[in-house]
Amino acid sequence: MSDALKIGGKELTSRLFLGTGKFASNKIIPDVVAASGAQVVTVAVRRVDMAFAEENILTYIPKDCVLMPNTSGARTAEEAVRIARLARAAGCGDWVKLEVISDNRYLLPDNYETIKATETLVSEGFVVLPYMSPDLVVAKRLVEAGAAAVMPLGSPIGTNRGLKTRELIRILIEEIPLPIIVDAGIGRPSEAAEAMEMGCAAALINTAIATAGDPVAMGRAFGMAVDAGRTAYISGLGAVQQYASASSPLTGFLG
Amino acid sequence: MMSFLDTIDQYQDFDTDAFFGRVTEADVRRAIGRDRLGPLDYLTLLSPQADICLEEMAQKAHRLTVQHFGRTMLLFTPMYVANHCVNQCRYCGFNAKNDLHRMRLTVDEVTAEAEIIAASGLKHILLLTGEDRSHTPVSYIRDCIEVLKRYFTSISIEIYPLTEPEYRELTEAGVDGLTIYQETYNRDTYAYLHPAGPKRNYRFRLDAPERGCRAGMRGVNIGALLGLADWRKDAFLAGLHADYLQRSYPDVEISISPPRVRPQLGGFVPEIEVTDKNLVQYVTAFRLFMPRSGITLSTREAPRLRDNMTRLGVTKMSGGVSAAVGGRSHCDETGQFEIADERSVAEVAKMLYEQGYQPVYKDWQTI
Repeated sequence: MSDALKIGGKELTSRLFLGTGKFASNKIIPDVVAASGAQVVTVAVRRVDMAFAEENILTYIPKDCVLMPNTSGARTAEEAVRIARLARAAGCGDWVKLEVISDNRYLLPDNYETIKATETLVSEGFVVLPYMSPDLVVAKRLVEAGAAAVMPLGSPIGTNRGLKTRELIRILIEEIPLPIIVDAGIGRPSEAAEAMEMGCAAALINTAIATAGDPVAMGRAFGMAVDAGRTAYISGLGAVQQYASASSPLTGFLG
Repeated sequence: MMSFLDTIDQYQDFDTDAFFGRVTEADVRRAIGRDRLGPLDYLTLLSPQADICLEEMAQKAHRLTVQHFGRTMLLFTPMYVANHCVNQCRYCGFNAKNDLHRMRLTVDEVTAEAEIIAASGLKHILLLTGEDRSHTPVSYIRDCIEVLKRYFTSISIEIYPLTEPEYRELTEAGVDGLTIYQETYNRDTYAYLHPAGPKRNYRFRLDAPERGCRAGMRGVNIGALLGLADWRKDAFLAGLHADYLQRSYPDVEISISPPRVRPQLGGFVPEIEVTDKNLVQYVTAFRLFMPRSGITLSTREAPRLRDNMTRLGVTKMSGGVSAAVGGRSHCDETGQFEIADERSVAEVAKMLYEQGYQPVYKDWQTI
């Protein structure tokens, strides 16, 4: 049975999404993509420079990847919408990872502006994957607004702190009928695997891969971890037992 | 109205030297180990005692910077469009009393200079003038912006302090970044160093970054010019100033520069020597205090030091620099100060790649 992830009319076999903002050189990106198996790659529109081929990050994104421009730098819904339109006008397609951040201390997303921008961008035909602070009510609003997925943070961007928002993400997985893609905060492959075991549809990783000593090998490790976690999820994990099974059951007398 | 002056006043009677006298090595190690540093942790890292823990500070500064900024370095270059100045800052080559060929670029000359810079691939430009509202009024700055917009995707200004409506006029014209240094936070030294001209107004300058934040700047870069007063105290207050601005205006990217006084026409020699080691201590201490803030290292510093500081918390560097008006299209003008790193943008980029860092030419565009 196929376990493809369907988003925006695409069928994805890899559930690892790759961020590109922190590599020592863009030239390494194709190798990381190949080693990790990632099929969706996000790129900050603010960094794209069409006029400078050698330094233009788009030059290094393999053509068979789904390009997902992101609105990094947007502080309001209006700015995010303008950045998304610029990306589309530059030929980057219809997918957009929506980021609206008005707080430079923690880089936490502005959920309210994110909902507003989602509504606008969906009405303009974008495939919108909004980055958000995990909150059930906000996620429901994003569903209503037409988001293609919901991308809650595991912990603040770049912190490598793992799934600090575990319980809130669990609620989103249970209640929201869209793919839940954990985005930001994952520092180790084991944490990506855990997110996938919980039922996340995919994981987006940047810092942990880009700043690793060997980004290509770390990309491979994350690819395997995401696969392992997904496989475990669809295989049905055994229930966790609080105690060992008693050899003399208390209800044995009932026959 | 809120002002960082309130914070300065709070520390007015604080005896920094006595504090430094009490700092122990254990205090320094404790401060380095903290996830979040308070003002006194930061001051502890600026103490003379922290010197012996410099390597540990450097290691953590490197780790935090890679974590938050990746292995990247944003490149930019300054463009001086005028050197007219009515101030008499004792340490500045543009001092009104200096015998200097005064000039102001015409729109055509700005265009010529912009073309040369843009050919290097840079997309971030910093526009500079002296302080002279008759020769370089806001309307002139705006004319320059109109030219620069055609060549660059991010325009910052380092000019005289403006009012909030004036800053707004420029952000609406396309400026997204403001650089303004307090020079020194020590009020007595400030008064001595600025004997005449509008720059004597300490408070108007101090509040300028805040006015810029309110006027829609995306990034505001502040700093003290090291060597004018006790660098540890200036570094402390510059750091607190950055922290104050970041807390008050979370949607603005607050960053610092740690410029040191350079030789300049006028011959001012700083009384206080700020060594390379001191500079590294400041930059690494600040990184630990504000892990997400940008740090700019200019060509006031020599190539060897800049190369080595790439890994110590710096996030933004200039290249292909001239500190003279029209310095790339006219070649014989005297600059504001002597630069120490004359490498081209391509040479700086090559150095960065060799160190395992990606030179970033574009990190914003007017939207």
